[in-house]
Amino acid sequence: MSIEIVDPVAEAEEASPDRRTLRRLGWVGWISIGVIVLALLMAVLGPILAPFDPNQGDLSFANVGPFGQHLLGFDGQGRDVLSRLLVGARTAIFGAAAVALVAVVIGTTLALVTAWFGGKVDATASVVIDVVFAFPGILLAILAAAVFGPSLFSAGLALAIAYSPYVARVLRGAALKERAMTYIAALEVQGFGAWRLCARHLLPNISSLIVAQGTILFGFAMVDLAAISFLGLGVQTPQADWGVMVSEGKTSLLQGYPLVSISAVLCIVAVVAAVSFLGDRLDTSSKAVNR
Amino acid sequence: MSALLEVRDLTVQLKMDSGMREVITGTSLTIAEGEAMGLVGESGSGKSMTAKAIARLLPDGADVQGSVTFDGTDVLALDGDALRKHRAQVAVVFQDPRAHINPVRRIEDFMTESLRILESVSKPDAAKRAAAALEEVGIDDPGKRLRQFPHELSGGMLQRVMIATALLSEPRLLLADECTTALDVTTQAEVMAILDDLRRDRGLSMLFITHDLELAGAVCDRTCVMYAGQVVETRAASLLHGDPLHPYSAALVQARPDISSTAERLVAIPGRPVSAFEAPSGCRFAPRCPHAEDACRAEEQVLTELDGGRVRCRRAAELRGRLLDGAHV
Amino acid sequence: MIAFLGKRMAMLLATLLVASFAIYGALYLAPGSPIAALTGGRSVPPEVLAQLEERYHLNEPFLTRYWLWLSGVVRGDLGESIPLRQDVSTIIGQRIGVTLQLVMLTAAIIIIVGVGLGIVGALGRKSVDFGVLLASTVSAALPAFAAAVLLQFVFGVMLGWFPVLGTGDGFVDQLRHLTLPALALAATSVALVARVTRTAVRDELDKEHVQTAVSRGLPWRDVVRRHVLRNAAIPITTVVGITIASLIALAAVVETAFGLNGLGAYLVQAAQNKDFATVQGISLVLVFAFVITNVIIDIAYAILDPRVTLGSRAQ
Repeated sequence: MSIEIVDPVAEAEEASPDRRTLRRLGWVGWISIGVIVLALLMAVLGPILAPFDPNQGDLSFANVGPFGQHLLGFDGQGRDVLSRLLVGARTAIFGAAAVALVAVVIGTTLALVTAWFGGKVDATASVVIDVVFAFPGILLAILAAAVFGPSLFSAGLALAIAYSPYVARVLRGAALKERAMTYIAALEVQGFGAWRLCARHLLPNISSLIVAQGTILFGFAMVDLAAISFLGLGVQTPQADWGVMVSEGKTSLLQGYPLVSISAVLCIVAVVAAVSFLGDRLDTSSKAVNR
Repeated sequence: MSALLEVRDLTVQLKMDSGMREVITGTSLTIAEGEAMGLVGESGSGKSMTAKAIARLLPDGADVQGSVTFDGTDVLALDGDALRKHRAQVAVVFQDPRAHINPVRRIEDFMTESLRILESVSKPDAAKRAAAALEEVGIDDPGKRLRQFPHELSGGMLQRVMIATALLSEPRLLLADECTTALDVTTQAEVMAILDDLRRDRGLSMLFITHDLELAGAVCDRTCVMYAGQVVETRAASLLHGDPLHPYSAALVQARPDISSTAERLVAIPGRPVSAFEAPSGCRFAPRCPHAEDACRAEEQVLTELDGGRVRCRRAAELRGRLLDGAHV
Repeated sequence: MIAFLGKRMAMLLATLLVASFAIYGALYLAPGSPIAALTGGRSVPPEVLAQLEERYHLNEPFLTRYWLWLSGVVRGDLGESIPLRQDVSTIIGQRIGVTLQLVMLTAAIIIIVGVGLGIVGALGRKSVDFGVLLASTVSAALPAFAAAVLLQFVFGVMLGWFPVLGTGDGFVDQLRHLTLPALALAATSVALVARVTRTAVRDELDKEHVQTAVSRGLPWRDVVRRHVLRNAAIPITTVVGITIASLIALAAVVETAFGLNGLGAYLVQAAQNKDFATVQGISLVLVFAFVITNVIIDIAYAILDPRVTLGSRAQ
């Protein structure tokens, strides 16, 4: 998954979305919000809502279609698909959220530090950033799996590190612009420290941009994490996870029983599409309001 | 002199987010072979839209009423090849040369493009003609300039390139749309002088669009003043400056600093210019006019003949000669 | 231009050097001894152990081992895969062809379909444009592994038009085997490229210099070709390049899904088997390809846009 590179200046000019944004959502927007709320509910309450044990399989039910309380039927090992989807939401959603959060924190810190101090700090940081840029997220995650052994943690950490330079690059532009404002110079002359100025003035002024970056990254993280779990290098089977389910269901799919893989794919696609639609819409709405 | 261009009762509505908006109302003007006509007004007066209608460059969805006749053909009915031929005969010099010249192509490509594509002139011949045209507009070392990209040239030089290019295709009518506004004052004078010279040499007709009444007076035979989408006065350019018939023309004259006499104070026109679709009923200038009466606001004003010119003001004859002196309000 | 290329190459080499250090260093730090992998956990006589350590330079200090590895890499020797007892260069040589074919086929689909749809959408009627927008929205939400699974089911299992697994023999058969993988790999990228193309062409249509060209009476196809498409090619090339660069790593997912014997799929296996020499070798090749692609994008950008001082990429 590549990350779109966004013009920092143009992005910086966007205002935070306001109430009018909500009215511009349209029906697709409301559906998207619905999908996200549902996904969050699944992530939080999944194990409680799950009607059956997600890991308890009965091979005599392998690849049996929906009946009775088993609304989505069984997977290749006779486990209840709906229960696995409900339980698997947690790693898929919270895993991606954690990756986005860590990437945003690292990226923002890098951006603020380089924008504030400039000079040697900036030059050193940009060398590091250049090297990290040379590693696509998926590759870094595979390397992490080789080094630390395959797990959600190593994959997530690798992705967060791979994403952070993109955040840093976008935010650095905005932070530099804010840094150049005369009021910052005025406050500096009055003896306010770097910490205080960064926290109270720089950070709030680029906050909408940070939120936007986080939203974009959440979508990427969800897709990439699922892809890595699909490769067998992330969440480990038999633990329920949407990415793992796509991979587990493949054997059944090739035998003509696609329900497991396809239901997991649809969950991932629905959430990613909803997040990216809302991200886009917030973006264009705030532009329209600004004009 | 026969009329090369005749615009009659031109009314234009543009499609905007909020629906159709009128920008020109019943404008008529004629330009004779070899004549230079000034079109003067503030922004939003409809002068640029008039030029765009003549060159058929209005944006999609524009509604155009009335007629535009160029050398006997109905311009508004043209399409396809005939429309492209018409456009080739009407050259436009735009206000901002930097935006109007493709930044990624060389000057030579820009200058010779229509010669090569429309007239099948060979590349070396076209380049030779372009170099000669550059010399005519006073650009040294044309060979080098032709190889350069637009961003390597100054604004004044680019505008001269634009003028040279316009003349290169041997048009019959030149539409100069605020072509010196974006330049600094000394460059403006140079570019203006070159344009004026070359036009007169070739006996080319020109519609010269500007907000500067005096500049129009210097280079044009006749001047047409527009306000809120309507022509309010048409007059010999030399007369208009000293003896305006319409209160708006008079206000434009007074709003310009005069270096030959010491004015006590520069007079600004009160209020803000309006577009046709925001104009009040009755006389459109009335809200800003120091001479407006109730009767002015009550009825739509019409263009009437007065002393060889045409003016859209019911009090024009009465106010004649009093508009410039002592009328400062 | 020469100076720019020289500088860019120097930066490229520096990046690769640091990246190679990072790759080697990370795997050096990994827990688990290569001896265990070599011996399969059995106890071996000390003289055999010493022989192994000697052979794989296991008792040398880290920097010496890195240096030995790097000087080998420069000579095209990427070391030896311990579990396979095979040269990593040989392993890579056997598999790079499939990956290269897959990436090139995908790139062709992205350029032809993505750029084509974008142009058609921008220049076509409203209904055409809406169709393009709809198609790109759907395909944008389809990650490679999801597209792989759906394509396998629809075209492989249900319709039986294409094979779902394996590489195939002979050109035509290989192409048949690569069709679905390339489509899966292209899905998201086609959508992204189509959208960016559409926006770029539309933006360019509204530019003043296009109006100038129209005002000169040039035929519409010349205006579109010489001005609209020529100028829109600048952002389009950048996005196409970035997208193709991203395929290099993403190919691993699709290769695994379709059981293709490519570099990426083998990298995943090597990571699972702790075959460090192979992981290092393949990672280095992928990073090299990724970085080179980015340099090519920069150069293309500088060639297409004369306003750019060489070395900076807009956007």
